[in-house]
This record gives sequence, C-alpha cells and structure tokens, in this order.
Amino acid sequence: MEKSEAKDKLKNVGKKLVQDIEAKKNPNFDIPIRTLSNIMYDQRTKFITLGNKTAKRYFFNVAHVKPFLQTTEIAATTKELLDVSKHLSLREVFYRIKRTLPGTNINIVDEQTESNKAIEDLELITQLSREQLHINANKMGSVAGRVIIIDKGDVVNWAKLGSGGWSIPSNVEDIKFKKVNAKFVIYVEKAAEWERLHEDKVWDKLNCIIMSSQGQATRGIRRLLQRLHIEHKLPIYVLVDLDPYGWYIYSVLKFGSISLAHMSEKLAIPDAKLLGLTVDDVGKYGLKRHLIKFEDVDKKRIKQMADYEWFKNNKAWQRQFKMMWELNAKVELAALTSKGISFISDVYIPEKIKNKEWLD
Amino acid sequence: MAKFKTAEELGAEQREISVAEFFEKNRHLLGFDNPAKALLIVVKECVDNSLDACCDAGILPEIYVEIKEPAENFKLLSDGEEVGKLIKIEGEFELIIEHEILKPTEKYEKKNGFVYVFEHNKAKYKLYQIKKNDKEMLKIMRGRAELKLVKISSNRFLIIVEDNGPGIVPEQVPRVFGKLLYGSKFYKLRQNRGQQGIGVSAACLYAQLTTGKPITILTRTAQNKPVHAFRLRIDTAKNEPIVVEHKNLKNGFGQHGTRIELEIEGKYIQRYHSVEEYLKQTAITNPYAHIVYTTPEKQRIEFKRTANELPVQPAIIKPHPLGVELGAFERMTKLTESRTLAGFLANEFCRIGQGTAGQLCKLSGIGQKTRPSELDHKQIDRLWRTMQTFSFTKPPTTCLSPIGEKEFENGLKKEYKVDFVAVVSRPPCVYRGMPFLIEVAICYGGELPQNEPANIMRFANRVPLLYQAASCAIMKSLQRIEWRNYGLDRSGSMPAGPAIIAVHMASVWIPYTSESKEAIDPYPIIVKEIKLALQDCARKLGHYVSGRKRVYAAQQRQSLFEKYIPEVAEAISKLAETPKERIKEGLEKILKEGKIVVETDKDKE
Repeated sequence: MEKSEAKDKLKNVGKKLVQDIEAKKNPNFDIPIRTLSNIMYDQRTKFITLGNKTAKRYFFNVAHVKPFLQTTEIAATTKELLDVSKHLSLREVFYRIKRTLPGTNINIVDEQTESNKAIEDLELITQLSREQLHINANKMGSVAGRVIIIDKGDVVNWAKLGSGGWSIPSNVEDIKFKKVNAKFVIYVEKAAEWERLHEDKVWDKLNCIIMSSQGQATRGIRRLLQRLHIEHKLPIYVLVDLDPYGWYIYSVLKFGSISLAHMSEKLAIPDAKLLGLTVDDVGKYGLKRHLIKFEDVDKKRIKQMADYEWFKNNKAWQRQFKMMWELNAKVELAALTSKGISFISDVYIPEKIKNKEWLD
Repeated sequence: MAKFKTAEELGAEQREISVAEFFEKNRHLLGFDNPAKALLIVVKECVDNSLDACCDAGILPEIYVEIKEPAENFKLLSDGEEVGKLIKIEGEFELIIEHEILKPTEKYEKKNGFVYVFEHNKAKYKLYQIKKNDKEMLKIMRGRAELKLVKISSNRFLIIVEDNGPGIVPEQVPRVFGKLLYGSKFYKLRQNRGQQGIGVSAACLYAQLTTGKPITILTRTAQNKPVHAFRLRIDTAKNEPIVVEHKNLKNGFGQHGTRIELEIEGKYIQRYHSVEEYLKQTAITNPYAHIVYTTPEKQRIEFKRTANELPVQPAIIKPHPLGVELGAFERMTKLTESRTLAGFLANEFCRIGQGTAGQLCKLSGIGQKTRPSELDHKQIDRLWRTMQTFSFTKPPTTCLSPIGEKEFENGLKKEYKVDFVAVVSRPPCVYRGMPFLIEVAICYGGELPQNEPANIMRFANRVPLLYQAASCAIMKSLQRIEWRNYGLDRSGSMPAGPAIIAVHMASVWIPYTSESKEAIDPYPIIVKEIKLALQDCARKLGHYVSGRKRVYAAQQRQSLFEKYIPEVAEAISKLAETPKERIKEGLEKILKEGKIVVETDKDKE
C-alpha cells in the first residue's frame, strides 16, 4: 500500500468526525470488538478471524471520552509521522501523546498499555497495520542460519553474524530474501535456549534456521516466520516450555491471537508444529525431577485453552491438556540440560524431527 | 436485743411531707440531676415563664438572659507551682496567700486601669487591672517577678432573666416564685409552655438549696406603678414563701415586666445542651420573640425577631369526655355547680350536648335529674365506663397553636444557612381525649456540616427539649424511617448528612415522661402521627436531594467535556486538515444544546 493511500485513510477518519460534528451528531468511531465473543476460528483458512461485531466509541459519553481522545491523538500523531516520513516506537508514541488536560488532573494516557490499545484501535479503524502507520515495536529476538537477505540495501548473511545473530526488526515487510539455504525453521521461546542452539551450531549441523524472542513472539518475528513459510516453503517447528503459557505462544504463532485477530492473515502460520515440550516428553526424557507445581491460575488457563474452538476438536491436543491437568506441574526447556549440556541440540531436536514426533 | 418500736411510737414519727421538701430530696425528678443540666433548666424555666406571660398579655416578647460568674477565681503559679489564689467578687479583689485572705492595702489609678497592692509578710504583690476595648486583662507581680494567672472554672453562676411582660401584682409574687405547685396553668386545658406550676419555683428552690442565697425579683405592672423588688426564700417544710425583703423602687425598669435573679451551683457548657443552643431553638419556634443573651464570657448573642405578630391565642377548652380519668371525674361531680347530672355533663365537658347527656344517663341507668354530688361511687364508675365506650366527636382544635409552615421555615432560615427547607403540618389528632398536632421541618445543605449525624430538634408547645432523647416519641418515630430512601445517610439508626430535622408537638397537655419535661411519652398514635409527618416531609427532601444530585452530575459531565473539547478539536483538526476553531465551536454547540445523551451507556454491539 502506498504511503499516500495511508495518509488519505487517516484524513478520511478525520473528515468523518468533522461531518458528525457539523451534522450535530455525537462524533464517533466504529471499532470492531476484539474479545473472544467476536472472533471466529475459520475452518477453511485455519486461523482466527475477527467477527463483524463493532462498538461505537463516542466523544460525548463519560465512559468513552478519554479513549476517544486517545484514538484521535494517535491518529493525528501517525498522520504527522507519515507527513515527515519518520517512525516512532510504541514507547515514543506514548510519550508523544502523554500530557495533562489543562485545568484538570486528567492525563491523556497514564500507561503505555493505553496508547498501545489506542494504536490497535486505529489499526482496526483504518485497516492499516501498525507498521504502515510508521509505529515500530522494540527489536526483540535473534535469528541465525544459512540465509542471505537484503535490508535497506545492505546485504546481510545470517550465518556470519557472530554470537549475537541478526536481530529482527519490528517491520520486516521490506526485507528481501536473496538466498535461502535451509530446510526448516526452529522457533524457540527462550533467548537462552537460542544461545544454546547457536553455540552448538545447530543451524549448521541440521541445515536450518533458528529464531527466538523473549516470551510471546513479536509481530516482526511472526511475519518473518510466515514469509519464510509461505515464500520458501520451510516447515516451522516450535519449542516452548511445558506450561499453558508456552503452549499459548505456539497457539498464537499457528492460529493468530485474539487481540490481533484482524491481522491473522498476515501473521498466522496454520502449518506450524509443536516440537516440544509435550507431556509425553516428561516420561520419555526423565524430567519428572524438574516439575514445578501449578498454581490455580495455570489450571484455569488450561481449561480456557482446551475450550478454544481451534483446540476443541483436536484429539491429540485434548489428550495433552488432560495429561497436563493431571500432571499439575510445568517443566522448563532448560531442564533438558540435566541430561547433558548439548542434549537439546544433539539428541532432542534431531530425534524428534527424524521421528516426526510433533503435535499439529 | 434490738428495741422494736410500737405503733404509737411509729405514729409519732409519721408526718406530712411538703411538696417542697419532697423535691428538695428528689431534685432529679425536676431535671436538676447534674450541674450542667441544672443551669440549663433554671434558664429554661424562667424563659418559658416569660414567654408565656408575654403571649398571655399580647405583648411581643423582649427577653434578656444573662449568665454571670459572681466570683472569678484564679490560681497564682510561680514556675508551675501554686503559690496562692486571686478572687474577684463584685468588682473587689481578694488575694489568698498561705490560707490568709488579703485585702488590697492600696489602690491607685494608672493608664488604662488600676493597680492594687497587697502585702503578705514582707512580700509585696501588685495586681494590674487593665481595661482595653471593654475587655479586662489581669496581671500580677510578686516583687519583680510576674506570676502566672490561671482561671479556675467556677461552679457558681448568677442567672438573670428579664422580660417585658405584664408583670406580676405584688401580692402574688411570693407565691408564684416561692411555692411549688402554685400556678395558673394546671386547671386550664390550653396549649401553654408550662403546665403544672412547678418550674420556676423549683428553680428558686434549687438556687436556695445549692447556694443558700435568696432569689431576687423585680416586677412592674405598668409605668404608673412602682417597681416592686423582692428577696425571697422558700420554707421547704411548709412549702411557703418567706419574704426576706420587699421594697418599692421608682426606677430601674422599663414600662412593665419581670426580672428574676438567682444564684445557683451549676456548670457552664458549650454546644449541645448549652444555654445558647436552647435559646437558638427557642428563637426558631418563637420567631416573634427578640432574645438577647450575654454569656459568662460577656459575649452578647442576639436572636432577632422575624415575625411581628403574636400567634393567635389558643382557646381554653373544657375537658373531652375521653380525656378524664375516673378519679378526676369523681372529683368534678363533687365540685360542679350544676344541679342535674345531664346539666353537669353538658356544661363541664366539650362535645356533650343535652341530647348526648341524656343518652349517656340512659345507657348507664342513672336518672338525668340526679344531683351530681349525690352520685355514689358505683354510679360514677358505671357512668365513666359508659363514656369510655361511647363515640364522641373529636375535641375542638381551636385550642392548638401551631407554629405555622411559613413561620417555622423562617425561624429555621434565620438561624441556619441552608439550601432547602420543607415543612409539613399534620391535621389535628387526639390521644386520650387530648387534641394535638404535629409539625415537622427538614432543612438541607447550605452550611450544615457534612458527614455528621443530622441535627435533631424536638419541641413541645414551642419549647425545645434537649435531654432524654432516647425515650422520646420523636426519636422513636425517627428511627422507624429508612432515611436512605430520602437522600440522607444513616449513622446507626439515626439519619446523617447536612440536615436539620425539627419536630414540634402542640397540645393542650403534652404527655411528658417525667416532671422534668424532657421527653414526650411514646403513645402509639403520637408516634404514628410524627412518623407520617416525617415521611411526608422526607419525601420532599428526597425529591430535592435526587434532583440536586442529578444537576450536580450533569454539571460535572458538562465541565468534563469542556476540558476535553480543545484537545479533541486540535487532534481532529490535524487529521482532517480543518480549522481547529470550527471543530471546537461545533463541539461546544452540541454540548450546549445538550440534546445528545451523554449518560454512560453500555457499548452497543
């Protein structure tokens, strides 16, 4: 999409509000609702999409007035960014709009979560992505493998970047793949485990790409994985801790997330597989000594997830949820180290891939 | 072996006890149970008497009340240690050093005041009395060192109450003030402040009991008559006044009126149960009275007159047949001048005409022509019981003098700054044959304190009731109302919030729970009437409070949006590339017209 087109869309949002005001109507936005009640699992595409329920956000409404101002502030800020061709990070945008209303003690935003939410709202209103609105998230996550890319004219070889690897930017839309010489991608939840794999040169030995971020995958990583999957047909294997949150990271990579349901098409990878950890691994690799007992919230989360439409009819997954419920404990990826320093690189991953031991 | 007495010996010890003696020993029955209360009761009895006298004579009351300390006591402190006392009595100073009473050896004038010199052994004390703007400052030196003067709160007070009433004829003065149960009100069924003839003489008795000093009365009935000055005591054994002194003065008084001075033991307190609070409440229900009060601190407090007409004098009524007890009924048969029973019934009671009288005689099987004084006890009992089951018309209500809705409201507004007043006057009603009516006023907002229990005021025949609230019919009624439904909060079982709730009961005979007249006996019908009046009044309050809350919320919303408009206009202007002013004016217009629902509503899906 052209930049001028994005600018026009923003301007039209403003024009619509002016029309409301001149017609003496309560100025409002129509915002699709982003809660579980308004998302659907699309059997055909196999990812989460947004339903068509929308909510009106009015200016003349005590409960809406503040979010209304936040959204218009964000819109005005992004328009300015497009005008001057600059980018801001989420944090910078927060500071850009943060101030106190004159004569009150009301801050337009008190926390970054508020501006982040307003940005997501604007994405929904304009049908433009955060990146198209010139807002970047923090760089987070690293990648290594036999891949050569072109980023802003620079040629970058992912195999020759020392111990740190290439750090993945938040906007990967303009990256060009020059040469991809890998057979699959391993996405690992923990940065520490990525270091392990990188030190063991797993990407070299198994001819793959290793990628990680800290915790939930960022949009940049998800988009990069999706592009590798679609453009180069690479299978995606996911390694996460054995707990509901680890599994949810996988769920988001594969099916998309509830809050970004509107972006699933650009982020979800319905073919992604969970390599581990599974509950079966606990017995198979003797991890019983490393169980960490569940808390109530963990159990609650399993129930919620087991109920998600995209897991509901999946027998293999329901079996896992049931066993996890009974196990009543979690295990971290790092626990594999107890079997040997490079156990994960030398034994666990190759064995699993060789035996096609994954969950789909 | 213990010696037992014979009937004759016991008989010799038995004698009549006078009312005065009885109350001397049982002063709590009249409310003199603690010094703070005693002081208030004395003032109250005198003021009530003055107001009654003025109203009876059709004079707009001018009441002057003063409380004075006859002696002021100070401690002398040197380095925190007491070294003596200073006493000021009737303008004279006495110094007490080491239990020796010293009179000044020298007095001379100095700038702004006087210097008194006292000598004790070889020490010389100099007392400086400095007057500045009517205020007196005292300073005392021993040699060259200044001693600290600390006031000791005194327990003796001189109470002065003066009115511009009709005065009292000199022959009656000793008995009005010096004899208990002597008065003009007991045998009349009319709405009055006093009813038994105990009040003021009990106050005099209390004064005599606690300080031993006689009371002083000055009275004048007209300008061409002399001022009679009395000093009285009460012979408690005989319940008879003793005139200590009686002289005529030519001057020292207005055209007419009465002044009473009593020295009593008491305690002066502030706020609740204070003389000031009592006078303030009196001023509310007696808006035609002008009251001036000088406190022991010599502060002058004035309660202005807001009504220039006296209330209509309530009529005197004959007893209602249902309001007379058997004993009283029997006594009436002996005292009546009527020669026939039918005549007696028709003449001595209200709501009994010749026809009804005949019916009553027939129903109880006694001849109409029977002489009332010849009825025997059985006949009287039968007649009385017939009367109790007979249905009579309610007693006339001309004997009631309500404060009136307008006057009640003005009275309250004069003493308190409030935003809202509602007054409800119930139609007259009857308990035990006695007509009564209830008036309720509720004030709200203004300068009334927030977050405190509401100020409850109780009045009986315009007299404020300050003690014994818990056992009073008014409190019982108050507690039966769910005040939260009417915009007030609750504190325990009582209403709370910036409100005054004032309840007045007017009746020819208020059923007090005791002789001290502090609480109204909770007869079910009285409690019910008060509750109805309170509810009616509270509904008005509820409307006002909810309306006020609505207006307040709307104002809050309005000003909230006003704050947001410039910011939103700025953002939209950047976005739509439209001038900011145009957007701002547009939004302000929408807000002003207020057509858009700005309530918090649920997101419409």
